[in-house]
Amino acid sequence: MDEYLILMRLDIITKEAQPSPEQLQVYMKQYHDWVGGIAAQNKFVGGTALSTEGKVIKPKNVITDGPFAEVKESIAGFITIRAKDFDEAVSLAGQCPILGGEGNSVEVRRITGGHNG
Amino acid sequence: MDDTQLIPHLFRTEYRKIVSVLCKYFGLGGIENAEDIASETFLTAAQSWGLNGIPPNPTAWLYSVAKNKAKNYLQRHDLFREKITPALQSGISPMRPGEVDLSPHNIIDSQLQMMFAICHPSISGEAQIGLSLRILCGFGIEEIADAFLTNKETINKRLFRAKEQLREGKIKIELPGPLEIESRLSPVLTTIYLLFNEGYYSISRDKPLHKDLCLEAMRLCTMLIENKQTNQPQVNALLSLMCFHASRFDARLDDNDRIILYEEQDTSLWNTDLISKGGYFLRCAAAGDKLSKYHLEAGIAYWNTQRADTKEKWENILQFYNRLLQIEYSPIAALNRTYALSKANGKQEAILAAEKLELTDNHFYFALLGELYTSIDNAKARINFQKAYSLAKTQADKQAIQKKLDKL
Repeated sequence: MDEYLILMRLDIITKEAQPSPEQLQVYMKQYHDWVGGIAAQNKFVGGTALSTEGKVIKPKNVITDGPFAEVKESIAGFITIRAKDFDEAVSLAGQCPILGGEGNSVEVRRITGGHNG
Repeated sequence: MDDTQLIPHLFRTEYRKIVSVLCKYFGLGGIENAEDIASETFLTAAQSWGLNGIPPNPTAWLYSVAKNKAKNYLQRHDLFREKITPALQSGISPMRPGEVDLSPHNIIDSQLQMMFAICHPSISGEAQIGLSLRILCGFGIEEIADAFLTNKETINKRLFRAKEQLREGKIKIELPGPLEIESRLSPVLTTIYLLFNEGYYSISRDKPLHKDLCLEAMRLCTMLIENKQTNQPQVNALLSLMCFHASRFDARLDDNDRIILYEEQDTSLWNTDLISKGGYFLRCAAAGDKLSKYHLEAGIAYWNTQRADTKEKWENILQFYNRLLQIEYSPIAALNRTYALSKANGKQEAILAAEKLELTDNHFYFALLGELYTSIDNAKARINFQKAYSLAKTQADKQAIQKKLDKL
């Protein structure tokens, strides 16, 4: 079993792209059910959602507001999971409910180094 | 309570008090002496009460006999010179023999300190549970062996080793400091939680419900809540959880000590006092910003005190399980989560989730699949119930599964 990072990217900034409180409630349920399903398979390692504010620091101490490179690609949250191979990791990540939204994406990366080699 | 039950009952509640207080004098090095004196006290009681009748205040009688025995013991055995004197010099044990203090205040303090000594991180988990059953719950060696499905010899060895660890670790009978209290509480709560579960679920192994064990666990937890230093949110959450479960004590067993499934229980037998107590401690647990697994389990247990099958109930239970599994995975939580998923989101989704669990050595897993397939694909339901039947270990479980098969 290796550990994989699942990065969830979506537009969390543009006002018009944000869900209503009712929609948000539905999305949160879908999200928790998805993570709960991974945890029920004993494949959840850790991770969490992130707040929308943030700072980006660049060389020469240039600090800008915003947790994003491109607006549409801000990181909304991340979790780490256990999977036997990349295929399984991708299949678990592929169920992520944010993929129901146009323009959103989920990135899967294998965690290397440390005891996971 | 009739006379024949009085001594076993007092043994459960008073043995640990006497041992804890005496250990404060002897140090953990003298734990066996403390146990001997406590046991002899009960032996004397059984003989004397049998002949002369029960004294007006049996507990006070026990304390006074224990005090005398401790005094005689110390005088007779030179223990004072060999063990207590060095202890006095190192400041562990400031009391002198003859002043054994069995006041309510000292009893409570000693028991609390004893809990932390027994659940010291340097002692193995198995030993912690064994010692807790013996010292804190007054269980006999045979009863402990029964609880662990093993023999007396194994338990004796385990307890012997545990006491050795207590001595070697030079563990003191004291409350941890304020900075340590949270981390030291964790194994104490685990032990109490396991004691409770041992009592509550022992039925699944063709054993009568060890209600006593559950009540002891609740008593120990209550002691932690009554002390200002140990009255933390997660302790309240644990007591809340136990109250909610215990509320079904009288409803979950029939006259022949067979378990009655939740759906078939007579709710008028559910104990509403315990349900409100559970609610009270759950509110107390809401202080602070940490969410422990006990909070989540108490939340689930709360919703299980509501019989009505509402959408709200199952949605809440599902979300508690989603979070619980992230903190601590267990097969039973995964199965229960999947059941809640079927109630909240429908059977189709739950079947997909269940097939991924792959808990194929667990009869509850196949029983769950059988349940989910029922009325969707009865042939598959039958196959799964049959697998569950062949994997089930106890008669009670087999009967419950057979009932489901008959209904198909």
